[in-house]
Amino acid sequence: MIRFENVGLRYGLGPEVLRDLNFAVNGHSFQFLTGPSGAGKTSLLRLMLLSLRPSRGLVHMFDQDTATLSKNGRANLRRRIGIVFQDFRLLDHLTTYENVALPLRVLGKEEADYRAEVVELLQWVGLGDRMGALPPILSGGEKQRAAIARAVIARPQLLLADEPTGNVDPSLGQRLLRLFIELNKSGTAVVIATHDIALMDEYDARRLVLHEGRLHVYD
Amino acid sequence: MSTTEPVEAMTEPWDELETPPTVVRRLAGTAPIVPKDSIAGRSLAVVVAIMTFLASLTTGAAMLVVGAASDWQSEVSREVTIQVRPAPGRNIDTDVRAASDIARATPGIAEIHAFTKEESARLVEPWLGAGLSMDDLPIPRLIVVKVAPGTRPDLAALGQLLTTRVPPASLDDHRRWIERMRTMAETAVFACIAVMTLVWVVTVLSVTFATRGVMATNRPIVEVLHYVGATDAFISSQFQRHFLILGFKGGAIGGGIAILLFAVLEAAKAWFAGTPAGDEVAGLFGSLSIGVAGYLAIALQIIFMAMVTAFASRRTVNGTLQSID
Repeated sequence: MIRFENVGLRYGLGPEVLRDLNFAVNGHSFQFLTGPSGAGKTSLLRLMLLSLRPSRGLVHMFDQDTATLSKNGRANLRRRIGIVFQDFRLLDHLTTYENVALPLRVLGKEEADYRAEVVELLQWVGLGDRMGALPPILSGGEKQRAAIARAVIARPQLLLADEPTGNVDPSLGQRLLRLFIELNKSGTAVVIATHDIALMDEYDARRLVLHEGRLHVYD
Repeated sequence: MSTTEPVEAMTEPWDELETPPTVVRRLAGTAPIVPKDSIAGRSLAVVVAIMTFLASLTTGAAMLVVGAASDWQSEVSREVTIQVRPAPGRNIDTDVRAASDIARATPGIAEIHAFTKEESARLVEPWLGAGLSMDDLPIPRLIVVKVAPGTRPDLAALGQLLTTRVPPASLDDHRRWIERMRTMAETAVFACIAVMTLVWVVTVLSVTFATRGVMATNRPIVEVLHYVGATDAFISSQFQRHFLILGFKGGAIGGGIAILLFAVLEAAKAWFAGTPAGDEVAGLFGSLSIGVAGYLAIALQIIFMAMVTAFASRRTVNGTLQSID
């Protein structure tokens, strides 16, 4: 699904923040991406989301060399990836329902075609009674679940989550983890970036550890 | 790798969560991706309205000045004057009649009005007082000759003929006055066009920067759309459509008020027609109407303003996408 070969990343003329990355993320897999703060977890996630271009090396996604892709080609690949941001990034002027439905609207689908699907997903993540609520009045946990629902509504093959439990208490963190595991069981490959060791100890999964710009893989 | 207890199957994991009171805007539906009513958006509409109003006023005023300048020139150039001076041994009334006959016989002359002795006395009355005896003073008599519209009579030949047949008569075709008038009118028109151009440059710049300012508040929307897989064209079109409508609304308000103002001005001219004030204004500003072309120009400005707003938003979105990617 994703293959990095000798990938390096630097911002501008600065030093390389990521060096010699060689790893793969397979379909249906589950992995934690971890490392100390500032190790480059978010940068690596952005590389996987095609939001950054590597300074060197090859990034293959879904059997395509990303360096040769056009802008539209990158957007098409991005549609196969779901992303959950640490700060949720829900649009405040849209209801929970509309936020979750956004990836489908972007695909040009009619509301009548996706409504049942969105409602079902919102009920599944426990937001069935919050569909008409605007994000500013949602609790942190509700926002996170809405963000997860938005990330998976278009049935992505890969789900990237950046510190999804960073803003919630441990109990809610565990519940969110269960949600990710359920999604993985339904066939979605999951990469969770976190430095929460307690969370990683909750589930036996592959770990990608970033340290001083290099990646160490523990299968 | 160490693991603790396996995670339990997910059975109603959200039941225990505290749920704040729900403020339901609508159960479902499709609100615009770009928020319709934001404070920044309303501010932009106000900026567009004010700038369109000012630009429309300038355009209208420029058209009025251009029209008035053209009227002044054509009015003056349609009139020439024959001056008959009193000469010893000659009857001035006979000379006036002879000069009038010569002028009347010239092709292209529409109308002749020879000032009578009484009319001439009234002309100098403000300076010399009433009750003046014209016989005591060698005051020349004037014959106003109106040229038929669309014709160009041979004024040089007429002047020559008058000098030959009626020696005390001379023709004044106002050439020097017309030249000065033309220079003044051209200066006024140039100044108006320069001011109009400046106002338009300021308008386009201020609307562009105001749009960019509003777009900055929309950056999170651009980013989210980008990350959920929207193409650049999709994102640009969403913003372009929104800002086109916003710019059109602002432009329509500003341009509409300007159109209303010019219409009121035109109506006011009709109401005051025949009064001394109305005549003065008419003499100075001509018809006081910007005409169909003027209203059309303002309507085009409204459309242009909407396009400037939309274009500025598109450029800003593209810049934002460039910086994200």
